[in-house]
Amino acid sequence: MSFTRPVHTAPTFAQSVWLVSNREITARLRSKSFLIATGILLLISVASVVAGSLVSQNESLTKVAVVGTAISVVEQTEAFDIVESDTVKGAEALVRDGTVDAAVVPSNSADSLLGITVIALDSAPIDVLGTLSVRPDVKILDPAEQDGFLAYLVAIGFGIIFLMSATTFGATIAQSVVEEKQTRIVEILMSTISVRALLAGKVLGNSLMAFGQIVSIGLLVSIGLAVTGQRVLLADVGPAIVWFAVFFAFGFVLLAALYAATASMVSRQEDVGSATSPVLFLVMIPYFLVIFFNDNPLVLAIMSYVPFSAPVGMPVRIFLGQAEWWEPVLSLIVLALSTMVVILIGSRIYSNALLRMGARVSLREALHK
Amino acid sequence: MLDIRGVTKSYGTREVLTDVSFTVGDGRMTGFVGANGAGKTTTMRIILGVLSPDEGTVLIDGVPVTASDRRRFGYMPEERGLYPKMKVAEQLVYLARLHGLSPASARRNTDDLLERLGLTARAGDTVESLSLGNQQRAQIAAALVHDPEFLVLDEPFSGLDPLAVEVVMSVLAGYAAQGAPVLFSSHQLDIVERLCDDLVIIADGEIRANGSREALREQHSSPRFEIRTAGDTGWIRSEPGITVIDFDGDFAVFEAETDAASQAVLHRAVALGVVHTFSQQRPSLATIFKEVIA
Repeated sequence: MSFTRPVHTAPTFAQSVWLVSNREITARLRSKSFLIATGILLLISVASVVAGSLVSQNESLTKVAVVGTAISVVEQTEAFDIVESDTVKGAEALVRDGTVDAAVVPSNSADSLLGITVIALDSAPIDVLGTLSVRPDVKILDPAEQDGFLAYLVAIGFGIIFLMSATTFGATIAQSVVEEKQTRIVEILMSTISVRALLAGKVLGNSLMAFGQIVSIGLLVSIGLAVTGQRVLLADVGPAIVWFAVFFAFGFVLLAALYAATASMVSRQEDVGSATSPVLFLVMIPYFLVIFFNDNPLVLAIMSYVPFSAPVGMPVRIFLGQAEWWEPVLSLIVLALSTMVVILIGSRIYSNALLRMGARVSLREALHK
Repeated sequence: MLDIRGVTKSYGTREVLTDVSFTVGDGRMTGFVGANGAGKTTTMRIILGVLSPDEGTVLIDGVPVTASDRRRFGYMPEERGLYPKMKVAEQLVYLARLHGLSPASARRNTDDLLERLGLTARAGDTVESLSLGNQQRAQIAAALVHDPEFLVLDEPFSGLDPLAVEVVMSVLAGYAAQGAPVLFSSHQLDIVERLCDDLVIIADGEIRANGSREALREQHSSPRFEIRTAGDTGWIRSEPGITVIDFDGDFAVFEAETDAASQAVLHRAVALGVVHTFSQQRPSLATIFKEVIA
């Protein structure tokens, strides 16, 4: 050139990716709706831990009315809040007005083994009977590591968090891709940095945000469990949470690439929903599978290897103690490899579809042209 | 110097550019003119590497453009686009940094440009909150913020009020004056006429005319002259080789068969008295354009 002008060195691929991802992060942090949604999600996580601890601490004892000699039987169990009554009639009245759940009175029958009669309002009070019954000895051959109901809650918890984070950030990526396409700034970007760097930056930025969200939820839940004294539960769930975070990191990148690629095929925000709905199904599948099959080891085992459901399936199996030590590692390798393949295909769709405005670009066109 | 050589591009079976070749010289404001759909935008996208040509190359000083050269271009796409929810200054800094500027020089250039384009007061506003004219100025700033060595601007003047047109014209002229090749397209032929040094006319994907503005005018000039004298010009009618087209006392428009014939009229007019004007009629750009693409 015949004139002088400041010479600027071209940014490297990594620098471009970093700049793009920084912009994505800043844009997210500036968005009120994002901050509010994140706040609500964090609040729900903490609230569920606190609520769980309150429920387990305040388990109130069942109230029963007791008449005469029956008190000796009832006191032995130490499982009841006892209201003494002078007469059987008086005890019945307490049952009728709801002051107590049941009344325990001395039995009139000579055949009675325990020598007591339980009086209830409209149905046999299972908890009272269970406590007062004579039990046979029980021997459990292969004790389950986790209580079934707790396992169900943990599975749903992972499922919901995965579903919410993946759909929130997936939709965000999709919108940001279409925003660039719709406003045509993509033309300036494409003339400046490579399309791959652009895609990588978007995926990286949003994945970091999603991962940050997951880690904060994990930390908050762990701290919550520790503070509310549910340390036993923390020791059980802790490793599963860590694995969940690791699987989520890879799983989200895979979904992010899919969201970006599918969104790049349309030109208007109104079309984003329909374009990305196939990806949404992929995200919902693990959620529903854990809800319906969390007590089915075979389905869980399969889920824990299929890339889309592995981020939920494997941590649940780890929590249930069903996974060998090498299983999460193998599943993670499968997930990482499929993520790489999806990124390659996704970036091809993305670069082919970005400049095509107007009608939706068909998948075949996007892959071949 | 920017060289576009033998560029051909098809979308499916439709050929939109056929063997397009032209040059944008250093320091030359080059107007790129053509009807809608003639291939201007496609050509510019190919120069910027946003699209790849089926055949042909784009050269900088004789060397094919590489991906890393593209960042030396300032590009303003036809369809305007900036992030609607991003602040003007932030956006410019971001684009400058993508082009490889350090944070400090990105900020300095941004401030300079906003100042020059009269947008300083709007630096902290989001793009979507700007008026259309100001969005357009921001778009121009986006094309210039990274000290580009070449400018490729698709319709830089559309949507600008006359005042803004003047501002942008002077900014672009300033770039050309520093030696940067500037290629811009416009439908506003009067602006092109005032601004450009060279002209490229494209129609149906083919270059129809290409050269300096004056040379093109010369080429398309009719042998038509205007004369205004102090006295009556009726005598011109009887001159040999002259056809009078228009006549009004001291003013006449005539066609001369040869240069000698027109010079003879001038000689005689000078001999007869005072000559106020004597000039060859130059066709306007609009006339040349219509003639060329017809």
